[in-house]
Amino acid sequence: MRAGLGPALIVLVQIGGEIMAVAPQAGPAASAVPPKPAGGRGAKESDPVAWLFLAPALVLLAIFLVFPTLYTLALSFNRGRAGVFTEWVGLRNYVNLLTNDPNFIDLRTFPPSGAIWNNVLWVIFYTGLVLALGLLIAVMATRVRYERLIKAIVFVPQAIAATALGVIWTFVYSPNQEQGLLNALLGVFGIGPISWLGNPSWVNAALIATAVWAGVGFATVILSAAIKSISTEILEAARTDGANEIQIFFRIILPMVSLPMSVLAVTLIVGVVKLFDLIYVMTGGGPGAASRVIAFTMYQEAFPGGQYGKGAAVAVIMLIILIPIMIFNIRRFRSEAVT
Amino acid sequence: MTQDALTGVGMAGTKPRTTSERIVRALNRTPVHIVLGLVAVVWLAPTIGLLITSFRPRSDIQTSGWWEVLGTLRFTLDNYREVLAGQGIFGSFINSLIITIPSTILPIFLASLAAYAFSWLRFPFRDTLFLLTVALLMIPVQVAFIPVLQLMRPFGLTQGFAGLWLAHTAFALPFGIFLLRNFFITLPKDLIEAARIDGASTWGVFRTIVVPLSVPAIAAYGIFQFLWTWNDLLIALIFAQGQGTRPITIQVLTLLGTYGSQWHILAASAFLLMFLPLLVFFSLQRYFVQGLLAGSVK
Repeated sequence: MRAGLGPALIVLVQIGGEIMAVAPQAGPAASAVPPKPAGGRGAKESDPVAWLFLAPALVLLAIFLVFPTLYTLALSFNRGRAGVFTEWVGLRNYVNLLTNDPNFIDLRTFPPSGAIWNNVLWVIFYTGLVLALGLLIAVMATRVRYERLIKAIVFVPQAIAATALGVIWTFVYSPNQEQGLLNALLGVFGIGPISWLGNPSWVNAALIATAVWAGVGFATVILSAAIKSISTEILEAARTDGANEIQIFFRIILPMVSLPMSVLAVTLIVGVVKLFDLIYVMTGGGPGAASRVIAFTMYQEAFPGGQYGKGAAVAVIMLIILIPIMIFNIRRFRSEAVT
Repeated sequence: MTQDALTGVGMAGTKPRTTSERIVRALNRTPVHIVLGLVAVVWLAPTIGLLITSFRPRSDIQTSGWWEVLGTLRFTLDNYREVLAGQGIFGSFINSLIITIPSTILPIFLASLAAYAFSWLRFPFRDTLFLLTVALLMIPVQVAFIPVLQLMRPFGLTQGFAGLWLAHTAFALPFGIFLLRNFFITLPKDLIEAARIDGASTWGVFRTIVVPLSVPAIAAYGIFQFLWTWNDLLIALIFAQGQGTRPITIQVLTLLGTYGSQWHILAASAFLLMFLPLLVFFSLQRYFVQGLLAGSVK
């Protein structure tokens, strides 16, 4: 996960147009049509100088992203132990990962386990909770005078490094009741202490809770902007017609924010697939391999483990998971460019 | 909608007319106040707890929780002194600055140049290349690690700062080009045409019109890139292999591994890691959210 503001900004940029689309009084949405180049020249003439402006960026992108992606694809068909790529193994890395590595995916038990399964849990609970809490806080905050304060409070974790988040929450979860806030609170009711990060049945819930805490502010700010774009006339009219606040929420607010919600959901899911820092800092994938996720596995197998071929295969699996989202985004972008 | 997303106007509806109406409204909202109060506590307590802990003497931390601090009002700067002098936090803080500053300036410059070409210049395959850039936005950096590492090693780039600068810059470009191009296309066409008719060169238009008018978007991208690079752990784990180049995130992680439950050390070092991003965030957040909403919505 690009912890912090990265995804927030992308969503702000993506949702910007859409917020406007649901706000009839606010003018036309941002147009994605590339403007015709200015100047009195012929329409088909090109500016050769453009390549000078593009060259540095394109060269870096080619060396650091385009070429490595293709190369990693090739490496994933190689045994690639300790950085030696001489043994072509076809699909064996993939077959081993998917059928013979219980740390990656283990379907023999129910519920299943392994990194892929943990990512499924993350997608369901992290995405669901961030959206639900974000919407709840956004809706409630619009009704009080300290709205700005409450949004700032929940947004602050966005600026905190995942490494620091890891320290903050490892402290909250500390099994020592004189130090860990959570176990101290439970101790008041005679429960515990529970080793949240050391117990395989709690560790994923504890990590997801931390990430939800860190991510809700982002959803709150986006959804709050979307709620604000709903015309006050519509709300007034509904109230005059006798609609109560619950009806207003389900009949007006929820339909009006469903588009930003879906863009947010896609962004959060992409974040889950890339999630690494928090796991690495708080549990190192443990206890055992109980909290591993896909991106953690890629790092762990390739770098400390020296199994470059296997690591490359995991990276390609990440890419394959993200390709549908990539296509979805490009399609959306193109359709905007047409209108 | 160009208003700060964190402020904005409430949608409270009509003003209450009578005192009784006001009381009824206040009662109706009591559950809202209670829930929001709880939200504030849950979102503040973990961070404030660690902040208080970072100022408590080591012996107090071991015998009582930070929430009992009112019983033992003793504060000290010893923890900060210890991590800055003895635990390598000062050196790694400086390393983080050395990594972050060029890794912020370079992508701003290169992304602006490319975004200008994509928005106002005409050349073959323009739209195809731009769509490819949008596609790169989604690519997980993990797919680049092994080849880039093998590419860097023969040049010794993993031992110094240059490899980190290049990696951070390259990985930040797709987002920067996407963001700035979407802002640049909203600039008034007439202004750019007029400058060209007056004989301004392509570079002249970029420098005297496009960049000055795009300061909010460029600043927003710069702030984002600063925070992202400062907070980065993964890219540093892969590409910062030299002893003297470790950023503060890696140093804090190392302390967490070494001192498991020595919270006086961990709390103080975590706050030194958080301090600069929070300062940037609080002093510039308005400018930054405004710039983005304006850039995307205008």
